Amino acid sequence: MGKPFKMTSKHLSFYYGDFEALHDISLEFSENKVTALIGPSGCGKSTYLRCMNRMNDLIAYSRVEGELLLDGEDIYAPSVDVVTLRSRVGMVFQKPNPFPKSIFENIAYGLKVNGVKDKSKIASRVEESLIRAALWGEVKDRLHDSALGLSGGQQQRLCIARALAVEPEVLLMDEPCSALDPIATQKIEELIHQLKITYTIIIVTHNMQQAARVSDITAFFYIGKLIEVNDTDTLFTRPELKQTEDYITGRFG
Amino acid sequence: MTKHFHRELEKLKKRILTLGAMVEERVFMAIKAIENNDSGLADKIIKSDYEIDEMEVDVEEECLKILALYQPVAVDLRFITAVIKINNDLERIADEAVNIARGVKYIAKGEKLHFDFDFYLMANKTEAMLKKSLDALVNLDVDLAFKVCLLDDEVDQFNGEAHRKVKDVIKDNPEHVEYFINLLLISRHLERIADHATNIAEEVIYLIEGEIVRHGDF
Repeated sequence: MGKPFKMTSKHLSFYYGDFEALHDISLEFSENKVTALIGPSGCGKSTYLRCMNRMNDLIAYSRVEGELLLDGEDIYAPSVDVVTLRSRVGMVFQKPNPFPKSIFENIAYGLKVNGVKDKSKIASRVEESLIRAALWGEVKDRLHDSALGLSGGQQQRLCIARALAVEPEVLLMDEPCSALDPIATQKIEELIHQLKITYTIIIVTHNMQQAARVSDITAFFYIGKLIEVNDTDTLFTRPELKQTEDYITGRFG
Repeated sequence: MTKHFHRELEKLKKRILTLGAMVEERVFMAIKAIENNDSGLADKIIKSDYEIDEMEVDVEEECLKILALYQPVAVDLRFITAVIKINNDLERIADEAVNIARGVKYIAKGEKLHFDFDFYLMANKTEAMLKKSLDALVNLDVDLAFKVCLLDDEVDQFNGEAHRKVKDVIKDNPEHVEYFINLLLISRHLERIADHATNIAEEVIYLIEGEIVRHGDF
């Protein structure tokens, strides 16, 4: 038998007021795999990603139906503590958004929020996170400089390091490279390859070549529905459905 | 961007079909040359082969350009890879037509010897395979492509028959070995053309179905 799924959504629907943004999504995420969510703007892929660590809770009049399981437990159960959930399911956003603090403080912040007080433990966790995010070599001599002085690509890796510091199990990435140049993009993509050894990664991307390069599994969304999910190499060479083929070959609409 | 891309794909499709028509014409000329022992026609085939070679290079460059600039996926990717391979097969078919032309020229030099083998029938079967494989490409007709694969056995049998008969006739006419070897080679070149037509049909099947059917039994 294979490994159990790290995250599973069962008949998940999501509403912004009366508008049904996601319709009956059932999808499974394997551990140590990268799953890419693709689809045209407004198809619900980001909404779906944001359901996975309850980022949508902050939106007024929004509502979730169905189940979203992390290790078999429903993350929308009343007993779930959202802060704990988000430390297990980390997120990296479209634009790098470091805090206006030092590089060190950016990473230490999450640890402090989660109650870590031991200074040497914090220092070693900061170093470890920066190493994992492939940024340590570039910043080790200026840890106490402002994070805002870093380049865009470095800032995004800092945000990844920040997400990793609290030792998540799942990493959600919402278009992590859309604001980066090709070299910085390449670095993030290489990083994703390394990170999947430890984490389960779910990435939303508009860039189909990027989905093809970094992911093991690709799910295609359209108008709030999951249309096709398949191994990435199958989906990009011989998709099963015409709708998928039309989208990935640019024959849409 | 996608409009440009689709225009490029259309252009490429036209080119590969033009090349297909040119190669078909060469094979037709080769058959006529065999039929009429026509040395002049054979010369024409040999001299015009450079046109096919140039066109083949153009098509390949076009494919590489599209791959580099547009990174096609799914059916478009399968189309480009199929074109790259079909392009190669077509060029090789034209080379086989040149080989046949050389054989015809040798044979036409001396007197015509009796050899009981229907080259004309074999050549027509081969040409029909090539034509069908190109029709399958034009119309994306997977059934027709499968039919081409089946026809290959018939042409193989012709070649086997030519081989046996040449062996026998050489025993009785050892002074004309070279002549009969050239006849056998013509049969062999026709058989190779049929193989390349089969390859084209297999590429068409891959293009349509996404399944690689090479090395399979039909």
